[in-house]
Amino acid sequence: MNVAIITFPGSNCDQDCHRSVELAGGSPRYVWHRETSLGGAEAVIVPGGFAHGDYLRPGAIARFSPIMDAVADFARAGGLIVGICNGFQVLCEAGLLPGALLRNESLCFQSHHCRMRVERSDTAFTAGYREGQVLGIPLSHADGNYFADPDTLAALEAERRVVFRYCDARGDASPDANPNGSLNNIAGIVNARGNVLGMMPHPDRAIEAVLGSVDGLPLFESLIGALARAEVA
Amino acid sequence: MPGPPAGNGGAPAGDSTAAPAPPRPRPGDPPITPELVDDHGLSPDEYAQVRRILGREPTFTELGVFSAMWSEHCGYKNSKRLLRLLPTQAPWVIQGPGENAGVIDVGGGWALAFKIESHNHPSAVEPYQGAATGIGGILRDVFTMGARPVATLNSLHFGDLDRPRVRYLFGGVVKGIGDYGNCVGIPSTGGEVYFDRGYEDNPIVNAMCLGLMRTDELIRGTAEGVGNTLMAVGARTGRDGIHGATFASEELSEGDDEASRPQVQVGDPFTEKLLLEASLELIASGHIVGIQDMGAAGLTSSGVEMAGRSGTGVEMDVALVPVREEGMTPYEILLSESQERMLVVAAAGNEDAVREILEKWELEAETIGRVTATGSFRVLEGGIAVADIPALPLTEGCPTYERHGAEGDEVRALREMDIAPYVEPPAGLEDAFLRVVGSPNVASKQWVYEQYDTTVRGNSVERPGGDAGVIRIPGTARGVAASTDCNGRHTYLNPRRGAMGAVAEAARNVACTGAVPMAVTNCLNFGSPLKPHIQHQFREAVLGMRDACAYLETPVTGGNVSFYNETDGKAVYPTPVIGMIGVIDDVEAVVRHAFRDPGDPIFLLGASTGELGGSEYLYVLHGLVAGEPPPVDLAAERALQRCILAMAQLRLLKSAHDVAGGGLAATLTECCLGRPRTGRSVGANVRFTDPLPDADLLFGEDHGRVVATCAPADEERLRRLAADYGVPCERIGTVTGPGAPLEIETESSALRLEAETLRDRYYGVIPEIMN
Repeated sequence: MNVAIITFPGSNCDQDCHRSVELAGGSPRYVWHRETSLGGAEAVIVPGGFAHGDYLRPGAIARFSPIMDAVADFARAGGLIVGICNGFQVLCEAGLLPGALLRNESLCFQSHHCRMRVERSDTAFTAGYREGQVLGIPLSHADGNYFADPDTLAALEAERRVVFRYCDARGDASPDANPNGSLNNIAGIVNARGNVLGMMPHPDRAIEAVLGSVDGLPLFESLIGALARAEVA
Repeated sequence: MPGPPAGNGGAPAGDSTAAPAPPRPRPGDPPITPELVDDHGLSPDEYAQVRRILGREPTFTELGVFSAMWSEHCGYKNSKRLLRLLPTQAPWVIQGPGENAGVIDVGGGWALAFKIESHNHPSAVEPYQGAATGIGGILRDVFTMGARPVATLNSLHFGDLDRPRVRYLFGGVVKGIGDYGNCVGIPSTGGEVYFDRGYEDNPIVNAMCLGLMRTDELIRGTAEGVGNTLMAVGARTGRDGIHGATFASEELSEGDDEASRPQVQVGDPFTEKLLLEASLELIASGHIVGIQDMGAAGLTSSGVEMAGRSGTGVEMDVALVPVREEGMTPYEILLSESQERMLVVAAAGNEDAVREILEKWELEAETIGRVTATGSFRVLEGGIAVADIPALPLTEGCPTYERHGAEGDEVRALREMDIAPYVEPPAGLEDAFLRVVGSPNVASKQWVYEQYDTTVRGNSVERPGGDAGVIRIPGTARGVAASTDCNGRHTYLNPRRGAMGAVAEAARNVACTGAVPMAVTNCLNFGSPLKPHIQHQFREAVLGMRDACAYLETPVTGGNVSFYNETDGKAVYPTPVIGMIGVIDDVEAVVRHAFRDPGDPIFLLGASTGELGGSEYLYVLHGLVAGEPPPVDLAAERALQRCILAMAQLRLLKSAHDVAGGGLAATLTECCLGRPRTGRSVGANVRFTDPLPDADLLFGEDHGRVVATCAPADEERLRRLAADYGVPCERIGTVTGPGAPLEIETESSALRLEAETLRDRYYGVIPEIMN
């Protein structure tokens, strides 16, 4: 299962994603942002970091990197894409996902454990979870405050495209459980077709018990599993 | 004595087979007057030595070079002789002091490069950039050894938070550290933050970095091989930070904020990240023979030091250095401290290959000169010599001084003060307990470390908030632990004891995680070395450090000295920060500080003597910094640490937590509260039979103590092991249920501290002040 990990100058979670894919049984490969082809990849991960230094605003320059045309074509063809943290920001800037990620309400960079609820287990990325399952997972960002206009937000909710929502230990998506001011406690969404996922928390940092959590691993296993099923079919 | 104006017709750049022309003053150079020499921080005697070395008057450019290289920051002129007393050897030390960073063998074919450095002066003037560039510099020191940075720590000391300016400095420094380190993508795994009026005008901002490499990947900052090519790599050179090294070697005074800003550099973490990746790729490529950060004193120190280490010479032409602005003089180009630059020595013929790697990372690499056999640091401007100085005297010939001062009267009076009248808590024991736990020094630093990325790169086993940070070595079970420590009040009252205590505490912190303490990097922050009482502090602190490092077998592999931390004649507390490294074979066995399960027996390992001198208790309840600080019994300390390590190795410990600032009150609170967000708090029933007075017992900061728990079934084994190591071991209580109170009974009092109350105090105080 060949998974491309897009690497921009300033990406810094590329290695974490690499290991996550390996642990999930896939074959990760780095693809430098200046390349123009995904080289036959079956799935794409846009990792976290500070692509192009986050200058101007996160993702605003990365969307113009040569590889992004290939990523957009891949999305249009129904290929599976995961954007994590800065990767989510890049996918929003590139128009592959709706909405924007604003500065955290605290105005500070925040790096800590959070909880999020799995809203759907019927996507290619979440088949390994139970609906309503509460995941413990690290987040680490300054701009994770999800925003969309009222119509877009209503559509996201109506079409069940919110995949992860910040919640408390009991699974309530309460205002207190919202770390950054995101509308409707949104932590992750998919596009209308369901093949592009963007999320702010880091499943790639929750793949080993010794590091505090394994709640992120099923996401990568789900992805690899979906690719395997596609291959059989 | 103005020199003759330089003509336009010098030798053409690059080729000079005839005897090199001596440097000449440039048009516009100021005359070298005694005042100018003094402004450059050189004494008349030192200037006479400059003339002896050159056999003539220096040019203005050369004066700048001597000033920078013989500054305290680069030349260690007031510290070198004493620093030679520190133990630096051990079989596991691969690289001791003198390189960009120290290196030790951490087993399994892995080597760890690590170093701590100060950025105090810039942070006092511009906290955000000052702290940010401090992180940038220390990262470069590590990756220029060929090691990939894997963790950072920070030791920060500020004034009291009730001062608006202190809050501004604290907030700016934390944001600067966060924004820089987060962007480069290096996890912050620990450190310390300390508040005391002794740091009100001069914050201490020390940054430490750890980097990993295979033992055969080490590269050094040398200019080997005559004919090899010098290349300037990374960011362009601008007019920022000119004479930062000399600036860092002077006192600040009122109004310096504005005037000194141009001496503060500006950081660009994105360029740093590219430079990091490019440098590691460059080193792995084998195209280069040496690499060094253009840090303090920029192109000057990197060129001179690389030549000095390999006994060669270098020749460079400043006209070839990529610059940010027109019209920069050789003096400015040589002394600029623009950030994110490297000096690289490429094997002759490999220049294009070097350039290609840099281009991939969207960085520049320009040939600016070559390695020579002359032993000289020779600088041209468009082919015309502007400086020509023997390299070795610039590094090795820096005048050094050893001054024996005397203890200041003020501190002696404070140390000898009878603190007995202050021992009784003025408003009861519970009030005292909550005030100590709610003091910013003891309280949780969650507000700080949650602004740092602590989990990036997926190897953070123990994050900030415990005794020491632990990073796993990628692809192995092995881990590296690190802690920074210095209790400035203790070192102020008794520098020798305080410094010993800093080493002991740092080693104890590392040992509490189950890692074996291995080596030390230090950052010595003091006032002006020209003052007798500071000389005394420095000497005593070095001697204390020497004794403790030798006894605990943790050699010093390098570090940094920062003098002149003074404003208007008032110096900071002497603050010898210790950065301790430990190694653990299996990160699955890491011991954490939090109590775990109801029914687990709680033990106090080590003897209590009730040391309230220099304690948090006296400061918080009485505003006092007084008394004799806790003594360090090195034999007892070593026995305790070995005992803890043995227990950890046998996997007997369910928790272990060091006793330090705030005493047992702080330790027990932290053990009960555990970690914010992920942990759950538990209660404890604790009963002391020790006859010490309540305050001595609960708030004493006696060294050599650890609070530990084990499973009930392991109690006898734990006791026997403690007895084998000769370590006092007293069962002081039992862990109770989640959310239960911390109940403490002494011979004369009983306390019941509700979990909610402790949580509010411990987690609430810093956010309340800062938000």
